[in-house]
Amino acid sequence: MEFPEELKYTEEHEWVMVEEELAVIGISDFAQDALGDVVFVELPEVGTVLETGKAFGVVESVKAVSDIYAPISGTVEEINEDLLDTPEIINTSPYEDGWMIKIRMDDAAEADALMTADAYQKLIAEES
Amino acid sequence: MKKTPLNQTHRELGARMVDFGGWDMPVQYSGVIDEHQAVREAAGLFDVSHMGEVEVSGANALAFIQQLTINDAAKLVDGQVQYSAMCYPEGGVVDDVTLYRFNESRYLFCVNASNTDKDFAWMQQVLAESAINDVTLTNRSDEFAQIALQGPKAETILSSLTDVVLADLVYYHFCEGAVAGVEMIISRTGYTGEDGFELYLPASSAVNVWQAIMTAGTPQGLLPIGLGARDTLRLEKGYALYGHELSREISPLEAGLAWITKLDKEDFVGKAVLVAQKAEGLSRRRVGLVMQERGIPREGYPVFVGDREVGVVTSGTMSPSLKVGVALALVEPAFAQEETELEVAIRNRRMGAKVQRPPFVK
Repeated sequence: MEFPEELKYTEEHEWVMVEEELAVIGISDFAQDALGDVVFVELPEVGTVLETGKAFGVVESVKAVSDIYAPISGTVEEINEDLLDTPEIINTSPYEDGWMIKIRMDDAAEADALMTADAYQKLIAEES
Repeated sequence: MKKTPLNQTHRELGARMVDFGGWDMPVQYSGVIDEHQAVREAAGLFDVSHMGEVEVSGANALAFIQQLTINDAAKLVDGQVQYSAMCYPEGGVVDDVTLYRFNESRYLFCVNASNTDKDFAWMQQVLAESAINDVTLTNRSDEFAQIALQGPKAETILSSLTDVVLADLVYYHFCEGAVAGVEMIISRTGYTGEDGFELYLPASSAVNVWQAIMTAGTPQGLLPIGLGARDTLRLEKGYALYGHELSREISPLEAGLAWITKLDKEDFVGKAVLVAQKAEGLSRRRVGLVMQERGIPREGYPVFVGDREVGVVTSGTMSPSLKVGVALALVEPAFAQEETELEVAIRNRRMGAKVQRPPFVK
């Protein structure tokens, strides 16, 4: 399993990649593996205001429905439309092709407070 | 947690294990969709050793079974299998079962894993309260392992491990014979809608037989299959699952099992209520639903017509074969006709669905 160093992570298994005032959000390799085959993704509309810790989308595997939580607050700038027709790219490429949304952050300092790849790996080692 | 004799084998295969009604069972190995497709296109091997087996023997075995179950067991000949169910006097379902007839005084029930103790106690109670003598009930669940080999390549794979002429063994029949040198019951039955076999064998031989079948089948595309794909495979065919389509609160008539509910046979437990239910008309019926919009129906989601809630989803999934959401649901009879347009409430949205008689996948 891979956890790129340049990303930040949450306890709910999302990742965040900061690009200046924008942030790209997806779910981690650990999360996609735990979910199994992803068959449906529900994303917010562009312009939706996200509040830290609130569900913004849903990922469904064959067996389970999982809410995806906003790691930081902001406004949705772009969504990954490819996920609507090919949700399985979350399994094959969780950090690249399988990104979920891009938001304009309210406060970039929020992203700094998230976990590093090291801290996240320690967390999942404890969970599993 | 209870373990089947194949528990360690699953772990060695890298299976993801879950608690399934108190049993530590594999939910997936390589992935649900992969496994599902293997069963539809080649073959899959399932550990179903958690299922329960109860033997009924004695001169009055048939009379007892006729009292206990809703199907007509008198129709069975030696070596034949019947799908049936047991009901409470109130008409709800105790469990759905398969019944094996060895001869007129020896039968075997296969029952759902998590219901085994309840079912066995129920059988003893029905026997005790009846005037029937000379019947012995034996819970043999711990003696048996059960392995299901399912898929279009199942006969080819199993034939390489047995002298039994499988081509002569027709659907819903069984025989006794050796597979990989182990004497067992070979039954041409399954829960996937594909051709295949369910093998009842001594628990002590389970690992050897499993490995022999895997070795013979791997070149044919055989994969080990977990509970995840077992559920999508049965749902695509519209098969009922106890705890979802069947329960103490749901009668077999409501659940779409009228075809095994023989109201014209002699008295059986639940008959009076079921006869009355049929005469008065049902308040709900089981239907199949196919989503007309993207979205996956799940158990417990309400079903609407306009603003009116007319039913509830009992099982639902994304069909790996069709790539659309499919479900079984209980709805008011007025909305149970083929092609009726309904809506399923998926989270905060209503999504269009159409009534379609299963199997969803032919």
